[in-house]
Amino acid sequence: MRRFSFFNASALTLGFAFLYLPIVLLIIFSFNESRLVTVWGGFSTKWYSAVFANKGFMDAAWVTVRVGLVSATLATILGTMAALVLVRAGRFPGKTLFSGMVYAPLVMPEVITGLSLLLLFVSLDFDRGFWTVILAHVTFSMCYSAVVISSRLVTFDMSLEEAAMDLGASRMATFFQITVPIILPSIVSAWLLSFTLSLDDLVIASFTSGPGATTLPMKIYSQVRLGVTPEINALSTILVVLVSTGVIAASLLTKRREVQRRREERAAVAGG
Amino acid sequence: MSELSNITEGAGLMTNGQPDSPKTQRRMSLPKNWGRCLLILVPYIWLLVLFLVPFIIVVKISLSDTAIAMPPYVPTFAWSEGWTGFWNMISGWDLENFTWLMEDDLYWKSYLSSLEIAVVSSLLALLIGYPIAYSMARAPSEWRPTLLMLIILPFWTSFLIRVYAWIGILKKEGLLNMALMHLGIIDDPLTILNTDIAVYIGIVYSYLPFMVLPLYSSLEKMDDSLLEAATDLGCSPFKAFWLITVPLSMPGILAGCFLVFIPAVGEFVIPDLLGGSNTLMIGKTLWVEFFSNRDWPVASAVAVILLILLVVPIVLFQRQQEKQQEKGA
Repeated sequence: MRRFSFFNASALTLGFAFLYLPIVLLIIFSFNESRLVTVWGGFSTKWYSAVFANKGFMDAAWVTVRVGLVSATLATILGTMAALVLVRAGRFPGKTLFSGMVYAPLVMPEVITGLSLLLLFVSLDFDRGFWTVILAHVTFSMCYSAVVISSRLVTFDMSLEEAAMDLGASRMATFFQITVPIILPSIVSAWLLSFTLSLDDLVIASFTSGPGATTLPMKIYSQVRLGVTPEINALSTILVVLVSTGVIAASLLTKRREVQRRREERAAVAGG
Repeated sequence: MSELSNITEGAGLMTNGQPDSPKTQRRMSLPKNWGRCLLILVPYIWLLVLFLVPFIIVVKISLSDTAIAMPPYVPTFAWSEGWTGFWNMISGWDLENFTWLMEDDLYWKSYLSSLEIAVVSSLLALLIGYPIAYSMARAPSEWRPTLLMLIILPFWTSFLIRVYAWIGILKKEGLLNMALMHLGIIDDPLTILNTDIAVYIGIVYSYLPFMVLPLYSSLEKMDDSLLEAATDLGCSPFKAFWLITVPLSMPGILAGCFLVFIPAVGEFVIPDLLGGSNTLMIGKTLWVEFFSNRDWPVASAVAVILLILLVVPIVLFQRQQEKQQEKGA
């Protein structure tokens, strides 16, 4: 059994301190009584009530949640299709262009994606707002979804599908009863990733949004430019805690499902 | 009787129907092909319209002239004018915006300092990330999933919030200065926020997971017996590390550096919030050009050149990834 050496333990401690200390400090100071962000004035939760009383924040949060839910769902559907095309569809004219378009948005600077989408919407005479942000978010999130799902599809055991079709299942039935349940963990993580990407995005939303569709990151950004406030600390804490619990819960759940499925598969093989 | 006629009918169809058979075959497989076409076309058209076409528009507008109108560029293409309108638009194109970018040294300096900041922060991230990834790969195996989760988790939490968290730490009356003065290390507060140092800290902090993950995956695969063999043959641990571990983790080093470098070049949020007025980065220049100066053609030209600069590292990265995959297969 290997144990931590002194060097390894200290490298990990320092590394994780660097990664987590800023967030921990932010959370601690969100409970600060004092308006001065760096002077501790006693424990208080008043900034949290201030956040919930702030109509601007609440409206922006509602816009962000709606944009996130719609765009994550659409992005997961389109991403699943794109992943199937990449892994299963074989050759077709223009496939290189297609895979290029799937991978390029992952490395594209956000300012360029935002600018180009805005110019598209302007030349099509679209009114910018809620739906243009969704179109923009679906476009980059579907590429992330496609990458996540295709990496699962590559290791997929095709004999399971063949068995189902040999037993008389149609293509559609096979897809929804065999393929989807098996790749479901990757679909769930693709949805979660798309949702958090949409929740986090500032740059692309700033370009593609219009009046009345201010998202939470845009709202936070305009406040942050004026300086650090305990209200923003409280709002950030709420967001960080919500997203982290969601991600940890989802990863534990999918892991348990995976283990259970593998056990069932093994039992089926042993039984047969 | 009827069975017999069925068979003969079938046989007749098979023998005389020679020219027919490809047709029936096509009809038979039509639903499947149709489904495949639909599967390909929906994401294909989506990406064409919302990813490729917008770029063509950016290139087009970068060749147009600025105008005080909405949209603020000329000439625009009017569908009603048909071909003449199209030719009018094309004849109005020139490289004026690009020569403007060449002449004004603000843009040159922005590109160069973006590249410099991205290179330096990739190297800093490598220096900090390598010991972390190395220690993760050598940690007891039951610890590794937790450590991996801890590296990935910050990636899920908001980028903006993580950058914002540093403002309170780095500013003049911030937590870092308070702590250092309290400990008696410094007497006067340091100015870190709104300098390039703060930008380096922000980029390294935000992109560290991108460096650690590929490093970890290449270090984890390494065979320990190679190091044991080297020490048995009289190699010092440091030399063994330098001659065996580093070369074997080269794919991870390259992938990590690309993954930090590429997004860092076009970064906007970090230089805007942590950097000062002297911090020139091209993402910020583009933003100012677009939102403050409202000069869309120049902003588009800035974007086109940024893209040209990034094509080289992106292609190199893709090549390297493909080579790794071939090796793995």
